[in-house]
Amino acid sequence: HVSACVPPSVPRLLIVYPWTQRFFSSFGNLSSPTAIIGNPKVRAHGKKVLTSFGDAIKNLDNIKTTYSKLSELHCDKLHVDPENFRLLGDILVIVLASHFGGDFTPACQFAWQKLVGVVAHALAHKYH
Amino acid sequence: MVLSGNDKTNVKGLFAKIGGQADDYGAETLERMFVTYPQTKTYFAHFDMAKGSAQIKGHGKKVAAALVEAVNHIDDIAGALSKLSDLHAQKLRVDPVNFKLLGQCFLVVVATRNPAALTPEVHASLDKFLCAVGNVLTAKYR
Repeated sequence: HVSACVPPSVPRLLIVYPWTQRFFSSFGNLSSPTAIIGNPKVRAHGKKVLTSFGDAIKNLDNIKTTYSKLSELHCDKLHVDPENFRLLGDILVIVLASHFGGDFTPACQFAWQKLVGVVAHALAHKYH
Repeated sequence: MVLSGNDKTNVKGLFAKIGGQADDYGAETLERMFVTYPQTKTYFAHFDMAKGSAQIKGHGKKVAAALVEAVNHIDDIAGALSKLSDLHAQKLRVDPVNFKLLGQCFLVVVATRNPAALTPEVHASLDKFLCAVGNVLTAKYR
């Protein structure tokens, strides 16, 4: 069920913080929330993010190494401001909250905000 | 950043759904903020931080009331929160970064209690509204 929350976070990021669309100009139609949610390239990207997030969770003691190449890619090729990783993390937390309701206790939220913070930090780690 | 007509409708609609539970939302927002972002407790060293504390409930009520006031005067948030803005600038001086943390926690409370209502569009409008409130409260800092 957690994995169900990751893919919808990507379209939600593009809708809530529209300036993040700047990285996806090749994705085609992003002209409205409906277009963004239905866009197959956005969906595919959501799946990529999910797979990568899964890798992070499997390698919690070793995140910086796990994300080393991905970090270089986001810096050197994709030129993504690391602030965007924090934005995506915040959105993911909110999607998790919608999904789990009262089970998403304050302690749970604390743990997840820390996790997304660690992931964002690891993705930014190789920036130069 | 400007609130569009749609944003205002979305925010008013959401707060109408929250209705009389606003005080609870306020208290839970603070509780989550203190747990998730422990550094925010530094502004409340004099508070009893136990779950359900009267002080947290009381302060949650104040926060909720201010948000409701802003919604009710959504065309002039700066006017509606002017005194609160003075208070934050002259006395409280809460670092601006913390308003985003409070906003995030309020969004989480809305998400846990009203998942269906927090569509991406409403989420965007509410996030904009909370930013606008934070901006007003820090506008006179310098």
